[in-house]
Amino acid sequence: MFGPTLDRLAAPKFFYPFAGRLLPWLGTLAAVLLLLGAGWGLAVAPADYQQGDSYRIMFIHVPAAWLSMLTYMVMAGGAFVFLVWRIKLADMLAKTCAPLGAAFTALTLVTGSLWGKPMWGTWWAWDARLTSELVLLFLYLGLIALRGAIDEPQRAGRATALLALVGVVNIPIIHFSVEWWNTLHQPASLTRMAGPAIHPAMLTPLLLMIAGFTVYFVAVLLQRMRCEILEREQQARWLTELDAP
Amino acid sequence: MSEFLAMGGYGAYVWPSYALAALVLGLNAWLPWRRHRRLLRERQTRPET
Amino acid sequence: MIGQVFRRELLLAWRRPGDTLLPLTFFIIVGSLFPLGVGAEPALLRSIGPGAVWIAAVLATLLGLPRLFAADQHGGALEQLLLSPAPLALLVAVKVLAQWLTSGLPLALAAPVLALGFGLDFRDLGVLLAGLLLGTPLLNLLGAISAALTLGLRGGGALLGLLVLPLYVPVLIFGSGAVQAAALGFGAGANLSLLAAMLVLAVVFAPWATAAALRISLD
Repeated sequence: MFGPTLDRLAAPKFFYPFAGRLLPWLGTLAAVLLLLGAGWGLAVAPADYQQGDSYRIMFIHVPAAWLSMLTYMVMAGGAFVFLVWRIKLADMLAKTCAPLGAAFTALTLVTGSLWGKPMWGTWWAWDARLTSELVLLFLYLGLIALRGAIDEPQRAGRATALLALVGVVNIPIIHFSVEWWNTLHQPASLTRMAGPAIHPAMLTPLLLMIAGFTVYFVAVLLQRMRCEILEREQQARWLTELDAP
Repeated sequence: MSEFLAMGGYGAYVWPSYALAALVLGLNAWLPWRRHRRLLRERQTRPET
Repeated sequence: MIGQVFRRELLLAWRRPGDTLLPLTFFIIVGSLFPLGVGAEPALLRSIGPGAVWIAAVLATLLGLPRLFAADQHGGALEQLLLSPAPLALLVAVKVLAQWLTSGLPLALAAPVLALGFGLDFRDLGVLLAGLLLGTPLLNLLGAISAALTLGLRGGGALLGLLVLPLYVPVLIFGSGAVQAAALGFGAGANLSLLAAMLVLAVVFAPWATAAALRISLD
């Protein structure tokens, strides 16, 4: 009894209740990890000898950046599955990822700016990673805009899926070119500031926050997909059976 | 306690970061939850086809 | 069929000189906005010159992208293309080639003229030209994907731009970087090689992606 296989999960009929059962556990786990990580990062971890207490923004900034990338990868995976196998749930997955990814990216950019201001004196410095994140934000916004501009759901799903895949191929190229550009012009760097080695006392809260953000992401993803299912499968018989107590 | 809030002089940068994170995470969790409940309610009140 | 499409594209462009002249004029105007916006101090202009010319080229290319498929769409010629026995990716490649020859190539050739206005010297002009000769086909190839995806949508050119500009970032960086590297004495080889590599990849993959996008938009 290992639960539904991936095949069965691809059907909204099974996915919906399955996600519903998982959600309370994931939500609680995410909350615990995030509160623990944040508390540890704010109160327990020692101050950095170079940056003082401002480095604590890292416990938000780094997980947000990690999630902004992870979300795109998950979205690209869903896009690929949708284009190749036409599984509608994959399209719902991809659709859900775009605004979430944009939110994580925006959070990364703002916290990056707040982290950098006391160090650089300006609210924005064209640091390689922040600039890459900015381009990533544009990619997400493009996906959201494209889906919004197309009325027919079939075309909308397939067009955004193709765009997501074109984007995922280009992300390494864009990232490499921005790093390249940065070495030519040498503005300040957040990554250099974070130091080559992280103090172990700072590592634990960081990992807790990354784990917490990731579990949170999965939970929100599942919840949003359940909403999509309800909206799209309105007439489905299995839903009516769910309604009847 | 006030030392904790001051964050070594960087309080004005650290706390808004955490507050923003709480806002972003909170909104993204609350909105789908609310939407889900609304969708379920609409199913109840909609006349059966 | 392929030869037919190519000849037809060139003929249409010949009949509508605006298709070539409008982006060219736009290119010069946008380029001229930079000194007007930042001041005409010679050292400043020399330093922003490569970037400004490249940005003007990017924007001028953007202007022409909707035209790639728009005319065909009205006439129903696009559906004919989809039904033809020739591979759609090849037909797309030919259309993009024709567009580059009639609007991208003139941009590249006009760039040194604009660059003189920024005070770049002859060696830098050569690097700029080389970079644009590699870069403008890249811009057209990548732009075709976006044009196919946004076919007939409201939001039109702005949406097309939003989708394709992130993809243009590496092209801009390497193209402009080539001139800056040459000016600093590092040589433009690395940047230009990267542009060339991207061009090769784009020639292989972009028409195929554009064809897929066309099918999605027209089915």
